[in-house]
Amino acid sequence: MRRMMKGNDAVSEAAIRAGCRFFSGYPITPQSEIVEYMSWRMDEVGGSFVQSESELSGISMVYGAAACGLRVMGSSSGPGFDLLQEGIGYIVSAELPALIVDVVRYGNGLGEIVPGQSDYWMVVKNGAHGDYHCPVYAPASIQEAVDLVSVAYDKAEQYRNPVIMMYDGAIGQMMEPVVLPEMKEHDPDKFEWSMKGRGGEPQKQITSACYYRHRDPQVYVDNLRTKYRTIEENEQRWESYMADDADLIFVAYGIMSRSCREAITEARKQGLKVGMIRPITLYPYPVKAFETLPENLKGFVSVEMSALGQMVEDVRLAVNGRKPVYNYATGKMIPDTEEFISYMKNVLEGKEESV
Amino acid sequence: MAKDLLTPKLVSELNRFCPGCGHGLIGKIIAQVLEERGVEDRAIQVYAVGCSCLISTVVQADSIQAQHGRAPAVASGVRRARPDAVVYTYQGDGDAAAIGLSESLYAAYRNENYTAIFVNNGVFGMTGGQMAPTTLEGQKTATSIYGRDTSVTGQPFKLAELVAQMPVAYVERCSLTDAKHIAQTKRAIGKAFDNQLAGKGYSFIEILSPCPTNWKMEPVDAYKRLQDIVAGEYKLGVLKDSEEE
Amino acid sequence: MKKLVIYKNRCKACGFCIDQCPKDALSLGDEYNASGYAAVTVDEDECIRCGTCYRVCPDSVFELIEE
Repeated sequence: MRRMMKGNDAVSEAAIRAGCRFFSGYPITPQSEIVEYMSWRMDEVGGSFVQSESELSGISMVYGAAACGLRVMGSSSGPGFDLLQEGIGYIVSAELPALIVDVVRYGNGLGEIVPGQSDYWMVVKNGAHGDYHCPVYAPASIQEAVDLVSVAYDKAEQYRNPVIMMYDGAIGQMMEPVVLPEMKEHDPDKFEWSMKGRGGEPQKQITSACYYRHRDPQVYVDNLRTKYRTIEENEQRWESYMADDADLIFVAYGIMSRSCREAITEARKQGLKVGMIRPITLYPYPVKAFETLPENLKGFVSVEMSALGQMVEDVRLAVNGRKPVYNYATGKMIPDTEEFISYMKNVLEGKEESV
Repeated sequence: MAKDLLTPKLVSELNRFCPGCGHGLIGKIIAQVLEERGVEDRAIQVYAVGCSCLISTVVQADSIQAQHGRAPAVASGVRRARPDAVVYTYQGDGDAAAIGLSESLYAAYRNENYTAIFVNNGVFGMTGGQMAPTTLEGQKTATSIYGRDTSVTGQPFKLAELVAQMPVAYVERCSLTDAKHIAQTKRAIGKAFDNQLAGKGYSFIEILSPCPTNWKMEPVDAYKRLQDIVAGEYKLGVLKDSEEE
Repeated sequence: MKKLVIYKNRCKACGFCIDQCPKDALSLGDEYNASGYAAVTVDEDECIRCGTCYRVCPDSVFELIEE
């Protein structure tokens, strides 16, 4: 059954239906609907909700519940997400699954409450110290976000690593028709590591300290390399749109990809051969999408709602010097079709400088 | 016939604390208290960062290591995830009273149904004996080499008194200074766990404990200092008992 | 008759038990354990099996058992 839901509500409900039974969070726009939804919904399904005194504390509660084997979720936005980093780093190092959501707002510091994509560096390149990654899913619609929630939990458990879902405030707060999955049960005792007391068995430890986890430093290194190389090999997701024969390929994720798609459809009508690669995972970055390039391709345009352009660095790595890469950083604005087409023409006519 | 006095089953053969350190003793007492109540197999120990993180080398209960200062929040998650578990936090003074003050007070404020063990030895131990919020006035540490100047740093921090302002079940300050006080410490920890098992809410036990290494004292002198000097500032006794109110 | 068992391998020679023993029955021995400490020993004739050392030892060196 399709029903109209707000993005943040739908993601919360999808988490509940994937078996999430612990949520802790702190209000911040444009993420607050998740905290609000979970505050009553967890009660209905016999889970736990805590409105924490800070994001630092909230993510720590998530860590504790994750250590007990529950499916857990935390969420925040921009400046609040900064404070989650400590906990995320520890959850990664303790090798626990968790789903963390960043509903991105625009700008530095307190920034603005309007939608943005300027958390890319923090979320994709890690805000905490150490050698790690989190798989990052960047849905472009509410339905895709809902579908990726259960994927995220499965991957988090498969790799024993938290997974981040990152979408901007627009996807978080708009309404779209959505089909929700069936309710799924999760057994917190299915993991041999989940904390519940020894029950006559030897002591179990959940810790992020190297000296407890892997006393042999080479084992520590090998474990990390194997995990992240496997993720990079197997978990890339992307969508290509009219990219096979394109003269110019846009690279856009999330909300930006929707305007970009519209502009490409219109541009094609006008005879401009343009296409798009839409990363669905930002880590692992879908470099496989860039392996085979159209013969006539003139270059790539990384387009993103940020002041400086952040994802463009990953586009350049994926392109690896084979073609020019253009940085179309649009600040807090999403270009309309006309602006997109004008930018396309400028690039194709050699009027834009590549990075 | 009196019972045999045996090493608790949870206690490890060897631990990594310095000679005379109070942590080993407190760990043994926790293990005794859990085993006397038959709940050692349901225990989940949440410790954080600092010397207190070595507690899992004494008490071999299921253990989670939190971030520095965040044990009360992690334990709050554990409490909800495992309603049947016997949950306790184990933190030092730098951990619980400095970086983790917010988490400490809010766990108390929510009257979380777990047991908080707070070890006050007046210094940051593991990092080499720097001044802690609990350091006494005039006490020399690695970051107060002329003695703690309270006109600049503030007065010794009384976490137990603050927690006692919250709607909690029980707060007591104890000391390891001698056999008699150690027996009282065991009674207090026992009561704190009994409260949890009865669902009465948050119990907080502060324990004055020696750090011979960073105090640069012989262990025996360090234990004596607890009574002669430390207990003068940090008064022993029950600070809150919700049953008496 | 109770027997005082001393796990010398656990002893760190901190001396707290010696200080707390009501009968001055404990002293540091001249044997060093694997960790390099001169482990505690008991004078069986002085020891009254009161269990104080068991209660105060930070490193669980003592046990008191019925023989």
